Amino acid sequence: MNLLHLSLNLLRRDWRAGEWRVLLLALVLAVGSLATVGLFADRVRQALQQQAQSLIGADLRITSTRAFSSAYREMAQARGLQVVQSRTFPSMVAHGEQVLLSEIQAVEAGYPLRGKIEIDDGDVHATKAIPARATVWVDERLLRRLDMQVGDEVGIGARRFTVAARIVKDIDQSVGFASFAPRVLMNEADLAATGLVQEGSRISYRLLIAGDAKQVKDLRAALQKHLSGNEKMEDVRDARPEIRTALERAEHFLGLAALTAAILAGAAMALAARRFVMRHLDGVAVMRCLGAQQTQVLWLFLYQFILLGVVAVLLGGLLGYVTQALLVESIASMREAILPQPSVLPLLKAAVSGFALLLGFAFLPLLQLRKVSPLRVLRRELGLPEASGWLIYGLAVGVLALLFLWHAGSLKLGLAVLGGLLAGLLLFGWLAWLLLHGLARNAFILDSHWRHAFNNLARHGRSAAVQVVALSLGGMALLVLTLVRADLLQSWQGKLPPDAPNRFVVNIQPDQIQPLRDFFARQSLPSPELQPMVRGRLLSINDRAINGDSYLDQRARALVEREFNLSYMEQMPAWNELTGGKWWGRGGGEQLSVEEGIAKTLDIHLGDTLTYDVAGSRFTARVTSLRKVQWDSMKVNFFVIATPELLKDFSASYLSSFYLPPDKVRAGDELSRAFPNLLLIDTGAVIAQVRNIMDQIAQTVSAVFLFTLLSGLAVLYAALLSTQDERSHEAAILRTLGADSGYLRRLHLSEFAVLGGLSGLFAAAGAVLLGWVLARFVLEIPYQMNFSVWFIGVIGGVVVVTLAGWLATRRITRLPPLRILRAD
Amino acid sequence: MAAIVQAVGLSKQVLSGDSPLTILHDVTFAVEAGESLAIVGASGSGKSTLLGLLAGLDVPSSGSVLLQGADMFALDEDGRARLRGELAGFVFQSFQLLPALNALENVMLPLELAGAKDARQRAEDSLQQVGLSARAHHLPKHLSGGEQQRVALARAFVTQPKILFADEPTGNLDAATGSQVIELMLELNRAQGTTLILVTHDENLARRCGKQLRLAAGQVI
Repeated sequence: MNLLHLSLNLLRRDWRAGEWRVLLLALVLAVGSLATVGLFADRVRQALQQQAQSLIGADLRITSTRAFSSAYREMAQARGLQVVQSRTFPSMVAHGEQVLLSEIQAVEAGYPLRGKIEIDDGDVHATKAIPARATVWVDERLLRRLDMQVGDEVGIGARRFTVAARIVKDIDQSVGFASFAPRVLMNEADLAATGLVQEGSRISYRLLIAGDAKQVKDLRAALQKHLSGNEKMEDVRDARPEIRTALERAEHFLGLAALTAAILAGAAMALAARRFVMRHLDGVAVMRCLGAQQTQVLWLFLYQFILLGVVAVLLGGLLGYVTQALLVESIASMREAILPQPSVLPLLKAAVSGFALLLGFAFLPLLQLRKVSPLRVLRRELGLPEASGWLIYGLAVGVLALLFLWHAGSLKLGLAVLGGLLAGLLLFGWLAWLLLHGLARNAFILDSHWRHAFNNLARHGRSAAVQVVALSLGGMALLVLTLVRADLLQSWQGKLPPDAPNRFVVNIQPDQIQPLRDFFARQSLPSPELQPMVRGRLLSINDRAINGDSYLDQRARALVEREFNLSYMEQMPAWNELTGGKWWGRGGGEQLSVEEGIAKTLDIHLGDTLTYDVAGSRFTARVTSLRKVQWDSMKVNFFVIATPELLKDFSASYLSSFYLPPDKVRAGDELSRAFPNLLLIDTGAVIAQVRNIMDQIAQTVSAVFLFTLLSGLAVLYAALLSTQDERSHEAAILRTLGADSGYLRRLHLSEFAVLGGLSGLFAAAGAVLLGWVLARFVLEIPYQMNFSVWFIGVIGGVVVVTLAGWLATRRITRLPPLRILRAD
Repeated sequence: MAAIVQAVGLSKQVLSGDSPLTILHDVTFAVEAGESLAIVGASGSGKSTLLGLLAGLDVPSSGSVLLQGADMFALDEDGRARLRGELAGFVFQSFQLLPALNALENVMLPLELAGAKDARQRAEDSLQQVGLSARAHHLPKHLSGGEQQRVALARAFVTQPKILFADEPTGNLDAATGSQVIELMLELNRAQGTTLILVTHDENLARRCGKQLRLAAGQVI
């Protein structure tokens, strides 16, 4: 009890003397930034998830060509989940003399379960309601093609409806490109009166399910066993490959941002702990001299650390919560999006990480204090025992490694960053030491204060190297984030240029190719690239017959149970990337190229032979290449491509994607009229949604970047404080020996400039290397080195460190030397 | 009377570059309880090294030290710390007060480490004995050198040690203040019957001790 009392008393006194402030500040900042990033990322992740959910209007969607067994609804309701059903079917919509084939969707109250439909009924707004009885909502295409306005009447089947609103933003659209026709939304209660639902009608049934995530997952697992061949289940992850890619990248990226903050916080704490240790050597030596045992010294600090940890975690958590709330408020699109409240998990994660950082970076070095020799009371030159240093650094690295893997959320990302960091630490430390000594040896040609500065840095080679390493670590993390961020954005936005294809046209017959090209020419549109398409069913892999039962994975089952869209071509599409095997040249014989994702799903490897059934005749060919496909390119992509020799004799239709500028929207309508059999699909809406998600991610990352920057400044602050005692002592002696404050200022600024320049140089080198590793192996985007990073690194390092150094030391150059010497 | 401090064949060697350097060579002596011993010699003669070994702050290359019959170097680091806590008080040239603790708390420190219940009361009494009650709540940096050394004396005597080790206690003080501090130390020493082992190069101070041990180049002369 006495020890606890003494410990708290020491803590109180140390706090009064400012000893704990740096460590607490670093820890609060660490927990604060982790909590901010965690909470913010959690909210954005939830929002992204919800937004992606709005594409299917639910958490889970089952589609079928037949009415559902009532058991499905009961199973969902038994789990406390919300369920609504909708029926979709093609039908003519009549307005005056004109009729147009449209996709009619009849919905129940409560639809959609996720997301909101945006309508214009004189006022553009999002709504959770459905059309009132005897009214319909229709999309822009229908209004335009039938030359009508909101308020007009239309006939659907045997019933007339008033168009009550225009659909501005639709959700729950068909997956794939089935949604080619204009959309009409009506009330389920009116459906019977239309007389359109009869035996043999082509109706697509949809069951939308939403609610507690765990229950949805359970239901999904339970339903998987019950689904028949014509029933398809999808959630947001398999609804659209492009959304899945966006979500996965977002998670990687936010993980990386959280990681950066953790690295910087660790560096700041290590520096703060080092200062704390150095300032407590004398005190511990005196206590040891007065009879304190090692365990007593240990407990003295342990009590303080536990208390410090608890206070820091509470303050940091609070800071994180407030900051992320302010952050969300400050970004207009986030504020409008009304992000969901964060879960408590990121706070717990930040708290545990905070304690781990304290343990790894601060407490373990402090353990050394208990080994301080009591002889130091007589011989002040005795410092810390060195023997256990390796163990302590090893443990710190271990703690960091675990945190990395945890925060990265991906083993690959964690290991890449950790590997880069460790390599950087050792290399930077060694190089810094070497450079400082080299510079000092050659400094005789320089002015007196520069010479003095270089000699000073070389004399404290180890300590200066530690500072350079810490600062370059901060700088590296900041530069990596800017670099990777820029690359990622470039990669994403590069994939979706403003003129990305926004229309798909399918079902083009061979004899329509030339007339179609002529039509495009008349409309002053670039001639479309046409791809042949042959539909075939996969029968066997390596002569092993396959069907839905051959796979456990639902996606794999769905894939083999339907017909594949096969294509043939001589050249690989430019937006595809070869990842295995070799692409065929002209006259390639009988070969197949498979998209790597589907190859993995269906367990297809290079060299396997695949047998397909096309319109009753079979062909077999070997897989000679694997491709990676940019699904978010909005261009025509095929899972399987064959050599022309293999498929050219089968009857094929053609398809194409093209960009239709907003001022030529009517050309699309004319195309439909001129070629009635063609299906023209408007992918513009999908593009807009994907782009919206990407914009939000970009904004999030920019905001998170601000916090990494703050943590970087904390490192700088701690680094400056860690040498302040030594610096002021030296300044006092120099002033006693006649140095004026101008000389001291020049000396300090020169030292900081060298430290900053070296740190910046190393930070740039590390960032380039790590950026390349991350881009190449983790994010899988092409990496182009940005040369300005070297310039920004070095100049930024010099300016920031010199400025911060000047702010921290300007007082020292003005204090009377005796005051400093007496205080020592 | 039995010897309370006994040094037997005490030697200390350190490596200077590659060659060994002898700092203390075969020092043997004994001090009886209540006696005072001044260790004198020029700078670098090994005075502080000998004091460090006697207090168990450092370990010798050979030889042993018995404090109240207990072999210091048969104990581990913690055992020596415990023995110091029980038997010894210290006064240093550079005062060695903890800067974060005020005068009273500095005096309480050895009592709290020993788990004493009445630490505050005893520390206040001890501060009163050195005439610093009024300054009890001042931090060391707000005290003069003489006052800081008086706090150090209060801290040294508060545990009523059997032995007081003092390393150049007036080295950082002007003559007048130094003289006051010495008077106070000797008075407390007499009052408590403490054995005093003092390192100094002040011959006047040395003469006031019952015995003198003269060192030159690490050997007793």
